[in-house]
Amino acid sequence: MTRLSARELAIPGRLQPTGLDVHGGELVALVGPNGGGKTSLLRALARIEGAAGIVTIDGEDIDDAPMARRRQLLSFLPASRDVTWPISARDVIRLGLDRVDELRVDEMISLFELDKLAKRSVNQLSTGERARVLTARALVGNPRLLLLDEPLSNLDPYWVLRFLEIFECAATSGHMVLAALHDLSQLDRFSRALLISEGRIQMDEAPANLVASERFEEIFRISSANGRWSIRTPADPRSLP
Amino acid sequence: MRLFLVSLLILGAAAHLLLPWAPLSEAQTIDPGLADLILIELRLPRTLLVLGYGAVLGVSGAALQAIFANPLASPDISGASSGAALGAVVGGYWLGFTQPLLLAACGAAGALGTLALLVTLAGRKADTATLLLAGLAIALAAGAATSLALALAPSPFAFYDAFDWLMGSFTDRSMAQAVAALVPAGIVTLLLLRRSRALDLIALGDDVAASLGLRPKRLAMEVIALSAIAVGACVAVAGAIGFVGLVAPVFGRQLSRGHPGKALVPSGLIGALLLTIADLAVRAVPLDRPIPVGVITALFGTPLFLWLVVTMRRRVTA
Repeated sequence: MTRLSARELAIPGRLQPTGLDVHGGELVALVGPNGGGKTSLLRALARIEGAAGIVTIDGEDIDDAPMARRRQLLSFLPASRDVTWPISARDVIRLGLDRVDELRVDEMISLFELDKLAKRSVNQLSTGERARVLTARALVGNPRLLLLDEPLSNLDPYWVLRFLEIFECAATSGHMVLAALHDLSQLDRFSRALLISEGRIQMDEAPANLVASERFEEIFRISSANGRWSIRTPADPRSLP
Repeated sequence: MRLFLVSLLILGAAAHLLLPWAPLSEAQTIDPGLADLILIELRLPRTLLVLGYGAVLGVSGAALQAIFANPLASPDISGASSGAALGAVVGGYWLGFTQPLLLAACGAAGALGTLALLVTLAGRKADTATLLLAGLAIALAAGAATSLALALAPSPFAFYDAFDWLMGSFTDRSMAQAVAALVPAGIVTLLLLRRSRALDLIALGDDVAASLGLRPKRLAMEVIALSAIAVGACVAVAGAIGFVGLVAPVFGRQLSRGHPGKALVPSGLIGALLLTIADLAVRAVPLDRPIPVGVITALFGTPLFLWLVVTMRRRVTA
């Protein structure tokens, strides 16, 4: 079975030395307060410039893999949805492949319902539409590891649910999916949740256990009552105006 | 479309080489050797320089725009051309270099200096306004420094002499000068073309490119250094010619369907074509003194530049 193994991942000032193991079929959510290190962890796993440590997939060191091989191993979706150039949606998806495979591109276009947008320039699409195109680009190479930074942002409710279905489908077929997210209501769709704060993995649990724990509420500074989240009353009243 | 472009370019190059026809046919009647002499010693270096310089401006302009992720980045807007002119002036009138290759090296050093300054001042991912303002400031400073260097130059004729070529001129260039500009420029252009796939992937963002194993920061430094060398070498021989490096990539990307890296080759072809037309126009003017070719490109390039700025603004506000 596919297995990701990361050792001693670190980015100075952002991510403290971290180890992580993920198995094929796991759908892992990365949650945590802003600036806690979710993006840094994803970038370090994607071996983006300046990250220390070793990441292997099925024993294969990603740093040693040439581009064509890397595309089979992993893909990274950044949180930014900006594209400067007037490239058509179809061409953007093609950039996710090393060789021409129009069938696969067509598959992605119908999966993300992009038929009407395929010929339009991505820089003229709405942010949510662009998110679909860029996610299709990340998925088109069918890599074993998907590293997705806030994949559910900017999407309407239909597409949030569709994206979750697509990710679940990828996980069931043996892929590993890691996604950073802010919307805690989607957490129960994931099989595992990492709570990341202050540059380290603070908790690594099943989503239900994570949300129920005191530590979780402490770190997020929120608490749950009657199925609703509210801001925790600070222990120290001086911090209130 | 690309085939059409190539044939147009060949046609332009032939016209550039053979027009005006009268002196050639006259020389032919006097002495066939004389006609060959005019063609090979006088006109061929000029044609090669025009084609090469135009291609360099197109390719390096497209590469710089891809790296800065900004359709307004270019050798002239970034101050690289002005820096190259300053380098060539200092090398020629102060250090007393006469070797074309040495002057080309001075030009490259000047362009490299200004681009390094631009990256330090504005950063690579600067917004358009910052990039333009920083580039403008650098270009103005380099221009002023060039004037100062000329005014204080040991030779009293420096100013007059430099005016002849600073705004771009291909008149009476020797084969040695053409070689000094085109050999480094040609090597560099090939190195830039080898990076066109990487420049396409950079369009997805630095992080995506890095996750594929590219090194965006190193790529940026390479592209900037290579562009500076190519443009610097050409400026030192034929002066600073504006707007071709800005406009050619805009058309080039129309042919590459928006891909910034695939636009390198068409941009080069279009740049060569534009400069050929401009130089043909300069020669067609029935005056006894030459008009700098940079004047023509600026005259026609400015409206295009303004149009580009206006459409960009519309896109931002829309």
